[in-house]
Amino acid sequence: MKYLVQSMIKTIPVLLLITLIVFLLIRVTGDPVSLMLPETATEEERDSLRESMGLNEPLPIQYFSYLGDLMTGDFGDSFRYNTDALSLVLERLPATFELAIASMVVAIIISVPLGILSAVKRNSFFDLFITGGAVLGKAMPNFWLGIMLILFLSVTFQIFPVSGRGTLGHLVLPAITLGTGIAAEMTRLIRSSMLEILEQDFIRTARSKGLRESIIVNKHAFRNALIPVVTIMALQTATLVGGTLITETVFAWPGLGQLLVQSVNLRDMAVVQAATFIIAIFVILSNLLADLIYRFLDPRIKYE
Amino acid sequence: MTQASETTINQQKGVAQSSFRKLATRLFRSKTGMTGLVIVMTVILMAVFAPLLAQHDPAQTNVVDRLLPPSWSEGGSPEFLLGTDNLGRDILSRIIYGSRISLFIGVSAVLLAGAIGMALGLIAGYYGKVWDFVIMRTVDALLAIPNILFMLIILAVLGPSLTTLILVLGGTTWVVYARMVRSETLSIKERDYVKSAKAIGAKDFRIIMKYILPNVISSFIVIATLNVATTIILEASLSFLGLGIQPPDVSWGLMLSDGREYIATSWWVATFPGIAITITVLGVIFLGDWLRDVLDPKIKE
Repeated sequence: MKYLVQSMIKTIPVLLLITLIVFLLIRVTGDPVSLMLPETATEEERDSLRESMGLNEPLPIQYFSYLGDLMTGDFGDSFRYNTDALSLVLERLPATFELAIASMVVAIIISVPLGILSAVKRNSFFDLFITGGAVLGKAMPNFWLGIMLILFLSVTFQIFPVSGRGTLGHLVLPAITLGTGIAAEMTRLIRSSMLEILEQDFIRTARSKGLRESIIVNKHAFRNALIPVVTIMALQTATLVGGTLITETVFAWPGLGQLLVQSVNLRDMAVVQAATFIIAIFVILSNLLADLIYRFLDPRIKYE
Repeated sequence: MTQASETTINQQKGVAQSSFRKLATRLFRSKTGMTGLVIVMTVILMAVFAPLLAQHDPAQTNVVDRLLPPSWSEGGSPEFLLGTDNLGRDILSRIIYGSRISLFIGVSAVLLAGAIGMALGLIAGYYGKVWDFVIMRTVDALLAIPNILFMLIILAVLGPSLTTLILVLGGTTWVVYARMVRSETLSIKERDYVKSAKAIGAKDFRIIMKYILPNVISSFIVIATLNVATTIILEASLSFLGLGIQPPDVSWGLMLSDGREYIATSWWVATFPGIAITITVLGVIFLGDWLRDVLDPKIKE
């Protein structure tokens, strides 16, 4: 419990830094006024907008009033949708969660059995095939795999819809696209983690007392091999969210990623800020969760 | 005295030479290492000799020959081996020219990120205290924002161009190096030879350059090589989203975004650039994995 509180406190400077980074990026490098007004606006119009937005104040003061706005959940309004940015972002969250969870399920279904098998049958043809596949999965750009899946399964064989969200069928291709990339990473991890465990004394003891190999692998080894895997899975959240940006664009999936890419292209900065902030909080929380799970799975780990 | 030091230098040269030869023999023996080297060399040659290899101007549009399939399929023309895209541009020539952008951005962004990460990692690890706190919290903050999102924001503000792209890729991916260099520095700092150098009054800068840097450099090279692969994919992703390379420049990622649009009718537009990226990245990964096995037996997966 003490540890939990401590790590929560540790995240505060990180969150502040993120706000500072986003603030500097948006307020300092570009002139928000020139992005919001048409090219033909007069200098007086620009000035009065600047004044009303508080852009004539010194930067530190602007930053503090910006922080104050964030505290009250005020991220500003999207000029494209004319509503407040935060609720726009929150509206899109379920779709992205759906995709992220489905991708994680795909990744687990692929990587757990393959990772275990390739470790148990080390250096066999099968192992070579799986590790080779994992490297290939890492080398392939995710979004290209998505395009190829559309080509084969939507265009040629017309099994799944090309894009959009709605039925379970819509979810299959995006989830495979995003899931296989993570599966490639996880398979390698599970394999190396299993190999390490299989060489330890308690496995030899289990073997020498005559336990069946399947029990040794599934009960003794895999449970212990899971510890680093679960942690790294949770640490993959940032990668997963980054992946949704592109996957959602490829499949026109109406989630946070698509909203973000569109908003970036339109310079709708209020939405970009809100989304970035929500994503960052989400990633930080899942890293914290990873820490806690790690501690729970392996009680030997003690924190200072 | 001079004689003695000359012999040491000659000895050192001998060591360097034989270790280079050893390295080469080991490379020839490793199947994946060799494959990686061959692929990477091919892509480099392709980039250097692009004007000689390409049959067509990669940016030249040709409305009559638009969306021609590859030469071996029905309706294809031998003039366009891999077919043409939606504007009638030769896909093979575009792939050949696209290798230039991929390699150039991959290598220069990694060099930039490596330099930043190395410097900050050394400072955080060696000086500790406030330096460490500030640098590592920045690292945490950057890790909490997905790389690609961070890049999108900067590109949206600054506007996409080749220079911004390299700055953005380099300026956001240094985190990996900083973390690795910091943790290695922390352990090397505690070794006896560093402590004795400190005891006889060596300056911090000298200790860092002479005793710490040489000990982190091999892990650094391995990570840098593998990161060229990641950077190539990131560039393709950004260009695919429309915030990377801008036409008329040619990039494999840009070609894929055309391909996505015409996927229902013309499979070849999206297929070949993707294969080019995959093979190139695969080559870099093979080479990096081999380097890791040779240079740095410490790091496993």
